[in-house]
This record gives sequence, C-alpha cells and structure tokens, in this order.
Amino acid sequence: MTRTPLRPLARILPARAAGHSPDEIERENRAARHEEMRDTSRQRAEGRLLVLGVFFFCAFMVVGFRMGMLATSEPVEPRASAQGAAISAARADIVDRKGRLLATNFETHALYAQPPHMIDPMRAAKELAAIFPDLEEKKLVKDFTGKRKFLWIRKKISPEQMQAVHEIGDPGLLFGPREMRLYPNGSLAAHVMGGASFGKEGVHAAEVIGVAGVEKHFDDYLRDPANGQRPLKLSLDLTVQAAAERVLYGGMKIMNAKGATSILMDVHTGEVVSVVSLPDFDPNNRPRPATSGDQSDSPLFNRSVQGVYELGSTFKIFTAAQAVDLGLVSPDTVIDTKGPMRVGGFPIGEFRNKNYGKLTVSDIIVKSSNRGTGRMALDIGVKRQQEFLKSLGFFEATPFEIVEARTGKPLLPKRWTDLSAVTVSYGHGLSTSPMHLAAGYAAIANGGYTVAPTILKQNGPRLGKRVMSESSAKAARDMLRAVVTTGTASMGEVPGYAVGGKTGTADKPKPNGGYYEDKVIATFATIFPAHDPKYVLIVTLDEPVETSGDKPRRTAGWTAVPVAAEMIGRIAPLLGLRPGVEPRSLTDITLTSSN
Amino acid sequence: MTEMVFGAVPVRDGEPVLPKWWRTIDKWSLSCVLILFSIGLLLALAASVPLAEKNGFPPFYYVTKQAIFGAAALIAMIVTSMMSPLLVRRLAVLGFLVAFVALAFLPFFGTDFGKGAMRWYSLGFASVQPSEFLKPGFVVAAAWMMAASQDINGPPGKLWSFALCVSIVLMLALQPDFGQACLVLFGWGVMYFVAGAPMLLLVCMAGAVVFFGTIAYSNSEHFARRIDGFLSPDVDPRTQLGYATNAIQEGGLFGVGVGEGQVKWSLPDAHTDFIIAVAAEEYGLILVLCIIALYTGIVVRSLMRLLRERDPFIRLAGTGLACMFGVQAMINMGVAVRLLPAKGMTLPFVSYGGSSVIASGIAVGMLLAFTRTRPQGEIADLLGRGRR
Repeated sequence: MTRTPLRPLARILPARAAGHSPDEIERENRAARHEEMRDTSRQRAEGRLLVLGVFFFCAFMVVGFRMGMLATSEPVEPRASAQGAAISAARADIVDRKGRLLATNFETHALYAQPPHMIDPMRAAKELAAIFPDLEEKKLVKDFTGKRKFLWIRKKISPEQMQAVHEIGDPGLLFGPREMRLYPNGSLAAHVMGGASFGKEGVHAAEVIGVAGVEKHFDDYLRDPANGQRPLKLSLDLTVQAAAERVLYGGMKIMNAKGATSILMDVHTGEVVSVVSLPDFDPNNRPRPATSGDQSDSPLFNRSVQGVYELGSTFKIFTAAQAVDLGLVSPDTVIDTKGPMRVGGFPIGEFRNKNYGKLTVSDIIVKSSNRGTGRMALDIGVKRQQEFLKSLGFFEATPFEIVEARTGKPLLPKRWTDLSAVTVSYGHGLSTSPMHLAAGYAAIANGGYTVAPTILKQNGPRLGKRVMSESSAKAARDMLRAVVTTGTASMGEVPGYAVGGKTGTADKPKPNGGYYEDKVIATFATIFPAHDPKYVLIVTLDEPVETSGDKPRRTAGWTAVPVAAEMIGRIAPLLGLRPGVEPRSLTDITLTSSN
Repeated sequence: MTEMVFGAVPVRDGEPVLPKWWRTIDKWSLSCVLILFSIGLLLALAASVPLAEKNGFPPFYYVTKQAIFGAAALIAMIVTSMMSPLLVRRLAVLGFLVAFVALAFLPFFGTDFGKGAMRWYSLGFASVQPSEFLKPGFVVAAAWMMAASQDINGPPGKLWSFALCVSIVLMLALQPDFGQACLVLFGWGVMYFVAGAPMLLLVCMAGAVVFFGTIAYSNSEHFARRIDGFLSPDVDPRTQLGYATNAIQEGGLFGVGVGEGQVKWSLPDAHTDFIIAVAAEEYGLILVLCIIALYTGIVVRSLMRLLRERDPFIRLAGTGLACMFGVQAMINMGVAVRLLPAKGMTLPFVSYGGSSVIASGIAVGMLLAFTRTRPQGEIADLLGRGRR
C-alpha cells in the first residue's frame, strides 16, 4: 500500500518559497481524499442497496405467490383435532367353543343434562324423579339450578325410560349413545366372564373396559380395533357349563355346603370346558366388592382359582405315582401301615384312628391310608418330592387366563422338613387351588405330561414336558379306578363311564391356628373314562354336611362323590362320550396255542 | 467549476415551502401511503366491528377512532416530510432519547393489558407503545453515528450504534417483545450492511442470529410455543393461524363479499395482527396483491431513490427506515400465510392501533423527507469522471 502524504514536500517547499500557507495544501489534499473515500463507499452502498431492493422485491413476491396459492386452494372444514383420540366403544364378542355367544355389545343410551339449556328445571327434576325412583328431586333441582353446566344423570337407560325422558321435552336433557356389555346367559360362567364397565366417558361414546375375568385379562385384545371384531373363542362349552352349574348348585344345596366349585378339563389340551364357582353373580349387574367380612364369602370370589385350600387325600395319588415312577414300589408292594408312627415328634394317624395293618400300595390309595403314603414320601425324600410337585405346577399360580388366577398362589410349607413331606403326601400343609389339582390329575390322565390349564379353545393337544413314565401313569390310573370300584368313592361309579378318582376330606384351618372339628373341604378328583381318560373333573364342596344318616357325615365319599357322579352322568353325553364296556384286565386271560 | 458545484447546498431561501415540498417529494410513495391508509380504514370498517361489539361500543367506534388517529398520522407524516434532513435528524434523536427512557421505565409504569407482555403505557384515551416510536428514532440516531464514522478522524460510530442496538434489543426481549427486537436488530443490520460491513462479519452475524434464536427458543416458553406452532406440519384449525389460513382460502380470488367475512368474529387479533386475513376473506386475493404491491412500491422505490443519494447519513437513515417498514409489513403478511412463525406485528397503516399508525406516519414522513429530490452533484460526476 502506498501512502500518499497530505503534505507532500514537492508541493510544500515551492509553496513556502512562494509565501503561501502550506496548510491550504493539506486541506486540499484532505478534501480530495475524503471525497475519494465517499465515492468508494457510495459505490459500494449503491451495490448493496440494489441487493436490498431485489431482496425486498423477491420477498414480497414470495408472500404474494403464497397468498395466491392459499387463496386458490380448497378450504377445509375446521375440525376439532387432537383433544384425545376418539373413544373407541367397539369391543369384540366372546363366544364358547362352539361359537355360541357369551358376551356381546348392546346399544343403549346415557342420560345427561345441560342445565343452561333447560327451560323448566323444576318440572324436569320432578318428572325425572318420577321416572327414576332412586333419583332425589331436591338434589336434581339443586344441580339444575346451580352453576353446573353439565352432569350425568344415568349411565344406562332402557328404551322405555328413554321415551319417558323424551316426553318431558326439555332441551336440556340429552342422550348420549352407549355401547353396553351384555351377557345373554346371565350368571352362567359368571366368574370367567368377570364383567365390564365404562372407562373414559364422553357425550358421544364411552369406553367399555373389562373389570374382571377374561374381560380384563383379554381387555387389550377385545378393545383392539385391529382384531376386526373377531370374537374371542373360549374353551367353555355352554351346555356343559349349564349342566355342571345346575348339578353343582343342587349338590351344594343337598349337602348343605356354603360354597362349591367344579372344574372340567380336557386332559390333552388343558382346555377348561366348564368351570363353576358358587355362589355366583350376574355379570350384567356385577355386585360391588365386599368391604367388610371375609372376601372368600363374596359371590365375586372365584373358588376354582382363588380358593387356596388344603385338598387332603386327593394328593395321595401323586405320592403313589412318584414312588412307582422312581421304582421304589410297584402297585403290589406291601407296606406296613401299622401305628403308631411318629415323624419329627408328631404322630401320624389315620382317619377315625383306624389301623389298616399291611397294605399293598394300591390298597393304600383305595383305603386312603395316611401312614402308607407317608412312608412312601419318606422313601422319596424331601428333595425329589418338591421337584415332582413343582413340575406339576403346584408351586406357582396357574397360568389360567382370567385375572383372578394370578392371586391363587399356593401356600407352601415354610420349611420343608420330613414331617412336611409326610403331611404334604396326603394333602396337608400345602394349599392349592382346585385348578392346580385339575392340572395335576390331567398329567396322570394323559400318560404323564404336564398341561397348562387354559380358557381359550385349542386346536389339538398341547402337552408339556413329561413328568412320569407312561406305565407309572397307567398304574396310578388303575389305582384311581380301584378307589371307585372298591374304595372310598364307591358312590362315584357311573355305569359306562369307568370313573376313576380320589376323594379328599380336609379339615378347614381356623384363622388363628388349629383345625375345625366340623368344617371340611370335601373334594373328589376324577378322571374318566379311566382306561383312556379324556377329562378331569374336580368337585369341591365347602363345608358340606350330609344328614340323611343318624350321624352327620362330612367325608368326600358321602358329599362330593355323589355330586361328581351325578355331574358326570349328565355331562358325559353332552361331551360326546358314549357309555362303553370297560376292557377287562388282560391278566385274567391266558392265551394258549391250540396245536 | 468543480469547486463551484461541489458543496453548493441547495439554498433556495426564496422558494415557498409547499411548492418546494411538492416539487421534491416522492409522489409515488406518497400516493402509495395514502392508498394504504384508505385501505386500512376500509378494512377497519370490517374488522373492528366485532371488537367494538365485544367491548360494548357502537359498531363503528374503532373506525372513527382510527380515522382520527389516521388523520393525525397523516399530518405528522406530511409535516415531517417537509423538514430538512438536518432538522429531522435533530428532532428524531431527541425523540429517540425520550422513547428510550420511556422504554426503560416500562417495567415500572407500563401495563400489559392481560396479554402477558409489558409493552404499553396507558394514557386513558389511548395506549402508547414506546417501542413503536423508538424504532424510527433509533434508525436515525444509528445512521448519524455510522455516517460520522465515515469521516476522517470520525468517532467509532458503528461500534456505538451497535452497543445502543444491543441494549435496546435486550430491553425489548425482556418485555418480552421479540418481534420488535428482531425489527430493531434487522434495521441496524441493514444500515451496517449498506454502510459497508465486511463480508466475513456478515456471515458471522448470520451465525450469531441463529445461535441466539436457538437460545431464545430453548429458554423462553413464549417464544418456543410460537415456533412449535409454526413447525408443526398440521395447523390446528382452532388456532389463530388456522383461522387465518381458512379465511384466505375462503376468500379465493374475489372474496366472499364486503361484510360477509367470518374470520373477524373468531380471531381476537383480526383488527391488528391478522388484518390481512380479513382483507383476503372479504375482498379476495385481488386486494391482498394490491396491498403487497403498494408496500413493494414504497420500499423498492425509496431504495432506488436512495441509490443516488450522496450524503451517507441520509442514505443510511433512509435505508433503515424503508427496510424496517417493508420488513414489518412482510412479517405480518408472512405470518398469515405461514411463511413465518407467529409474531405480534402490525401491518403499517392498515392495522388498527393508535400509536402504531402515528409512529408509522412519523417514520414514513422521515423516509419521505430523506428521499426528497436534492441536487446530488450529478454534474460533478460527469465532469469528474475523467479524474479517476
């Protein structure tokens, strides 16, 4: 950069010599330089101003263009968006295994009021109180004349009530359409269905949500619009369920029981064809949960999965089956059941202090000897017994697909001693639900495979892992059959259906420890037909007492067994089982060649 | 000869004021402003009726008020445009000082009219928004400083003006009034640009704007909500923007007819921020394009006249005023068509608002004063061209 001096000597010196002031030269130069600077800056500004002008022109053009685009596009109707997704009221139906309707939806209306639109609140309140006797006129008047802008009056009203409200003719009384859950069979399979109620409520729709049973367990499925309203197909059979409920209800009344439950399960698939718990309720009008007293006395209580009981002698067959499976005994092995017998300092007694003496394993089951099974349990040992029972599912809540099943957790001995092993072998000290027992018996019935109880219809067998050999299961089945033919369950014989089973009578525990003398849980666990079992049936009566004899009788053989026999007689034909001739034991026939 | 022409400030002592004004004024811009003002009155007839009804006044209460304020604004504009640039500079700098103080005292004496931002002084019969008056004053003051810095041995005016600009922007941002803050920043930036900003700095500034915008977005809920509303692809039809868009679509090319519009009943700011939507609905695209053309005309024509201006101060101040005016109009309309995020910005001369219209009048008056025809030494250029 070359610097131009403001006072160049070349000019200053001649100026001085000429007597002029050099300052003028400087001023002149300064002005020239200033002028030059302004010129450059002006030229630059000119360019930039031009840029600005073009920018503004373009920007305004864009705005105008965009205006034109908008103005020539079609206006859309302003719609209320967001504000939560629309309430979906659609809910899939529930049907039984043959497609018969168990739960469906029904259109009804909810009644609400908008007091600001009311013409004559006094008259409306009065007439409403006349239509709905449980509404208080005073309260309605207060609501209608107060500050409220909106209030629900009834969640569901019948067509007749709707017409009556219509006839009041007040524009402030309005109806909102509702989908309501309807159980056309009333209380049938009430505990499985559970019930439904309204979730989010809007004027135009309300969400129907399941509150119990399969309705709650499969709530997401039932509400999912993606399922296209495909009905949920249960394993229940409506007719079998109806027959079972009838028989069980009658049996419960005759046996003076305060409750009863029955489970009918397909032994190969785990499908529960019928499950009853009494007393029951109408899911269309589900009662409120009990706020006081014992929850297990409430009709909402599902004894089949929530009722965790000591199921008594019905457990003996598991001990016998395991002992046979381990090769410790065969059905004909003789075991001494003579008393007294003490384990860990506790005496092990028999029913009514009987003393059976020497018994074969088969007879131990037939006569239901506590000492006999106890001895087998001691041979098996704590460890192996635990493993076996665990593999049969007795240590956890059943996977049965109704929400209540999760709460039916078995109660296990805190410390599993030899004494525990002995008591558990005959069904004491271990509390399980009847559903657990049904799954355990199914394993014996189907030849040694575990099955998981399910309420959903299955397409074919669904066997789990093997827990005992085919032959051990067969031996156990023969023992169960013998119990009915010659033992404690002789009343359980149903001609043509070859019932096998094991009775169990357990004293009910007192809440504060110890056992009641006169309160029992009587259970009959059956498989039928015994030579090729298709079904397991568990019948449990809560506090039954049979009073036809001179002494009240409470054992399962007198209470649960006849009820179960009646039930099998009724439901076996419905299940499509034909009465058949029981194959004779092959050991009686000697095949010889005739040459 | 050169010396005779240079520095010959147009001294026409004998010439009467009005003829001189008429001879030198930019008549095109003046006509545009007058037309805009009449359109504003026309739209006020439509847009302010719902407000008057809501506040319990006779239907045309706000129209009358707007006409009175508009007349005052026109007088202010014409009087200002008659002043010499020197007088304009002196008065504007004084006015700027007053407005600056008023702005500083807003948090203590101002009202927010329940809108969540302290922007107004309530004077009983009208409300005054100091930032409206501050903007033209600031432009003139900043232009003065920048022009002074271009003299040899001049003060560091660019730095001073920048400090001033930052302090004003901070005060406005605290109200919060990001719209006006952006306008002030933009006005300063444009002047600095024309005053010869280095290219590198311009790039850095653009980066800084983005940076501070991000900070404002993440720290101010007020700001973030508006940006979010803009960025969301679907416009909720129940927001102001949704109504505005719908109104423009309803209007189509020729509008739904005078007084037939519906949007003014649904939009709380129909008479100010969304006046263009009312115009589009009732009079259609035609009127909107007219309005856009008028603004474009004023801005581009003023800039083109300033192109020939030799005085750095006049050039800078005029540029700042014209650009601020144009940008304000552009932002207002850009919001309505969803080109820009929602900003509370009035459409100069068209929107209803007492202090807004008077401030616009003064600002445009200054602009007209700066763009008046003055001898620019064209002969000197012709003769001096050989010198370089």
